[in-house]
Amino acid sequence: MSFPLLTATAVVPAVGAIATAALPAAKRTAAKWLALLFSLITFALALVVAFRFDPGAGAPFQLTESHAWIRDFGVRYELGVDGIAVALIALTTLLIPFIILAGWHDADPLEEATPNRRWRPTQGFFALILAVEAMVVLSFEATDVFLFYIFFEAMLIPMYFLIGGFGDRAGRDGEEEAAGRRSYAAVKFLLYNLAGGLIMLAAVIGLYAVTADQLGTGTFSLQQIVEARTAGTLNIGTGTERLLFLGFFFAFAVKAPLWPLHTWLPGAMGESTSPVAVLITAVVDKVGTFAMLRFCLQLFPEASSWATPVILVLALISIVYGALLAVAQRDIKRLIAYASISHFGFIILGIFAMTSQGQGGATLYMVNHGISTAALMLVAGFLISRRGSRLIADYGGVQKVAPVLAGTFLIGGLATLSLPGLAPFVSEFLVLVGTFTRYPVIGIIATLGIVLAALYVLVLYQRTMTGPVKAEVTNMPDLRVRELVVVAPLIALLLFLGVYPKPLTDLVNPAVQHTLSVVDKKDPKPTVQVNAVPGEGRHGHAANDQDVEAAK
Amino acid sequence: MENLIALLVAAPLVGAALLLCGGKRLDRTGHWIGTLLAVASFAVGVALFADMLGRSADHRAMHQYLFSWIPVGGFRADVAFQLDQLSMTFVLLITGVGSLIHIYSIGYMEHDERRRRFFGYLNLFLAAMLLLVLADNYLLLYVGWEGVGLASYLLIGFWQHKPSAATAAKKAFLVNRVGDMGLSIAIMLMFTTFGTFAFGPVLAATGATSEGKLTAIGLMLLLAACGKSAQVPLQSWLGDAMEGPTPVSALIHAATMVTAGVYLITRSGAVFNAAPDAQLAVVVVGAVTLLYGAIVGCAKDDIKKALAGSTMSQIGYMVLAAGLGPIGYAFAIMHLVTHGFFKAGLFLGAGSVMHGMNDEVDMRKYGGLRKYMPVTFLTFGLGYLAIIGFPGLSGFFSKDKIIEAAFAKGGTEGWILGGAALLGAAVTAFYMTRVMLMTFFGEKRWDPKETHPHESPKIMTVPMIVLAVGSVFAGGLFSINESFVTWLEPVTSFAHGHSPVSATTVTASTIVVLLLGVGTAWLMYGRKPVPALAPRGSLLTRAARRDLLQDDFNDLVFVRGGTHLTTTLVQLDRSLVDGAVNGTAASMGGLSSLLRRLQTGFVRSYAVQMLGGAAVLVAATLLMRGV
Repeated sequence: MSFPLLTATAVVPAVGAIATAALPAAKRTAAKWLALLFSLITFALALVVAFRFDPGAGAPFQLTESHAWIRDFGVRYELGVDGIAVALIALTTLLIPFIILAGWHDADPLEEATPNRRWRPTQGFFALILAVEAMVVLSFEATDVFLFYIFFEAMLIPMYFLIGGFGDRAGRDGEEEAAGRRSYAAVKFLLYNLAGGLIMLAAVIGLYAVTADQLGTGTFSLQQIVEARTAGTLNIGTGTERLLFLGFFFAFAVKAPLWPLHTWLPGAMGESTSPVAVLITAVVDKVGTFAMLRFCLQLFPEASSWATPVILVLALISIVYGALLAVAQRDIKRLIAYASISHFGFIILGIFAMTSQGQGGATLYMVNHGISTAALMLVAGFLISRRGSRLIADYGGVQKVAPVLAGTFLIGGLATLSLPGLAPFVSEFLVLVGTFTRYPVIGIIATLGIVLAALYVLVLYQRTMTGPVKAEVTNMPDLRVRELVVVAPLIALLLFLGVYPKPLTDLVNPAVQHTLSVVDKKDPKPTVQVNAVPGEGRHGHAANDQDVEAAK
Repeated sequence: MENLIALLVAAPLVGAALLLCGGKRLDRTGHWIGTLLAVASFAVGVALFADMLGRSADHRAMHQYLFSWIPVGGFRADVAFQLDQLSMTFVLLITGVGSLIHIYSIGYMEHDERRRRFFGYLNLFLAAMLLLVLADNYLLLYVGWEGVGLASYLLIGFWQHKPSAATAAKKAFLVNRVGDMGLSIAIMLMFTTFGTFAFGPVLAATGATSEGKLTAIGLMLLLAACGKSAQVPLQSWLGDAMEGPTPVSALIHAATMVTAGVYLITRSGAVFNAAPDAQLAVVVVGAVTLLYGAIVGCAKDDIKKALAGSTMSQIGYMVLAAGLGPIGYAFAIMHLVTHGFFKAGLFLGAGSVMHGMNDEVDMRKYGGLRKYMPVTFLTFGLGYLAIIGFPGLSGFFSKDKIIEAAFAKGGTEGWILGGAALLGAAVTAFYMTRVMLMTFFGEKRWDPKETHPHESPKIMTVPMIVLAVGSVFAGGLFSINESFVTWLEPVTSFAHGHSPVSATTVTASTIVVLLLGVGTAWLMYGRKPVPALAPRGSLLTRAARRDLLQDDFNDLVFVRGGTHLTTTLVQLDRSLVDGAVNGTAASMGGLSSLLRRLQTGFVRSYAVQMLGGAAVLVAATLLMRGV
């Protein structure tokens, strides 16, 4: 048996979480370094996964591991990755070290707090982050529906404590008030997601019942179910399939989040510390959109087509609505949260457009949105920690006193508004094009998002960074070395993936083609046949054709 | 030679990266590095030009393929360049004028503590603009298109501590984004229609496409052009863009970036040729804008805003010409180049005046400056003569051709367009004479105790002189044997227009209206002293001072309406959406009361929570056992 690489990628952060949590109260700094070390090892493992993965190979899932687990009802410990999962695991494991570094001082005990042997918030904070990482990685890897469900739900618990237990240093209202709001946001997060999870659980059980009924032995294996469907041995009735689809989709739409189930997100992102906010929107929420692609579409292709019109409209509402609300926000972090809602609208739009550009773009969007939001949110966090306020109106003229901070904030913002040359442009345009080829009107309305994104980003930048220097920000220090170490690589990555996204598209394309073939959708053909192929008669044309062959 | 094309873009791009990331170390040399790289790009451009001239007319287009950019399914975008005669013209204009303005800025920005950054942005602009004109497909063009928008944003808002500058920068970017929507949709339409958006195949396949599709594509391209080139109805940002340092106004908001819309339309000529309705929209936009800009230019007392109105108006001429099809493309580009010379020269002259006048921009506080700034006066004067179309100078040749082509459009349309173009010429002569008289002639209206007008240093005047030479001779040079038209013909195609009015009549009329315009201005501003405080003015004047109420309209509809909409939505989100979801949950399982109870934050309730989750799992397990 080969080395269980996928298991290892999740076990390492899990062990890291336990080790970090076990450190005594006095070893705060050691706990931070330990957590960072484990997150880096995890990233290294994820890179190994990415290199071992062969996008050209035929099998939909690779590096598979499979063990019987709960024999009585067919639950298997089944792991495997396709290109989409590899990309998202890489994103997750890449972001965690930055999240840890950015949150280096976020969980330091207050100075006036008396040393206490049992109270170890720092250890807890970093252990919880690693725990979330482990569960997110496993939910990207699980190809057994029940196994996925367990991690999908279990990650709520550490997230709940991260949101409720740690926040920005008390603002103007005092610690008591802030703790109350935090607690409210955390509970709201939990209840929304638990509600989604419960409904999904019912659907999971229903799926088992159907397979048990028709195949003789019940199964949760995604691959088995997909194969049985194509072979014709499994035939879920239309009504049942739609119900099951809705059960799954509801849970993922809460997590993604999709309008009108989005209202937990601004609170959760606003009240938690910036690194945790990044964890929510850039990492955890991606499990929702990822699961739509992997489970909703592949388990229930017909119901997916049936629900598409409604979902597209909801996604479109998310795009416009999220952006409009972002414009009106007075709180920096809530603004970014609403912007994320708009961006999740794009991702879901791309997934349900059912074209290779739409779904490829949506997958790229998940990765790029993760990086760009991390950059913007973490810099926003650095800014907020300097002034002790999240209100946009409390800033002004920061550019003059902290030009590097302002510059990185601007680049994060430009990425958020999908400026060409930066990574998010590639994915956003692909989603738009992919939607437009099948649904022109929806595609056109969605392009409104690019104007609104410019509006909320530039208004935010103008109000915080330009104009006369406010008295309270005159002594604001520029980015420190640790902070620069967090932001600079993210920006470099945004630039690289904006100019050369090919490694990512090559990774993702075959998986998207596979998904589309399961759903039985083909890209619309252009109305006019053009003889000349772009790139013809140029250098490198031959190499191009090979790429196309490889992609097939 | 072809492999040198990328170098055109790379040189300024490296400059931008160096200057923006280099830190304080480069503060003392940064401007030289930036200028050197701009000049290097120009040198590469000249070398490529020489190579191109050595080939026969039909084999001049060069291609350079770099790498596959976004390959997803049938969607393929490459990073690849195409350098043909049209792109070459732009390359020389951009790098040539760009280099001159870099040199000028060394002097103009000498006392600015952020000069290094300024040159970094200028280099970034050059790189993006070159990418725009060198791209071989619409998506890569889009990168340059938004890239110049970013550079423009950064440079308009260069003096960010001024709220007016920051607001103007934001406005420019936003209005441009509305135009960019058009470009996005145009590209998407091309992709669904042709399966590609590379120039070659798209423009070759227009014959096989329905006119409706092409009209839609054309109109979307026009929307994009309106944003970038400040054409009605997306023109409102250009006046405010004058908040940027004057060299920026000269390079970006006069000579190059704002003409990108004309490039886009000319480049997409094949689409427009096959879509007469789209063409009609183009000429209407051009004609309306050329009059709009001219009227606004008449009323402004701020020298830069007067020139900005003029820029809109002149680009209106180019758009009008480009909308005329093969009888106009070459003249649109010719006017674009000559305009690049004289308008850049005029702006640099205005900058030189401001430099000597403590950054005063109000022309009512100028007067009689010709004695104090002889070089500026002379170069500005030549630019003035060129733009009003004084016989023999650049503007005369290029504008005359456009007016002639407008008449040649034929029918009533031809008469209307030709008439508008002629009227525009008269108004141009009027407002430019007004600028000239208010600035350089008449009584001094400044306080000699506080203001000490002086000529600018050589590093600023030399670029002005070079541009003045171009303003004088370029038009004539281009017209010898129709050399410019012949040069562009393989790309844009060319047809002689058949004007109902003879060429001589057109020329004679333009000279007459020119004299009328100059004469009226002299009567109003030359013969009698200019009041230092603006008189109330007629209703039209007052409206024109406010950009014909464009901003008031935008403010009422978009700003106020938008604010109202978003604040309402915020309330709805809190009460209705959140409330409805919570309410549904409550009615389903009393979650709301649970929410309230859990909010108390007792550790015990966490435990209950966890226990609840575990119980659910166990229950599920048991349930399944039963299945």
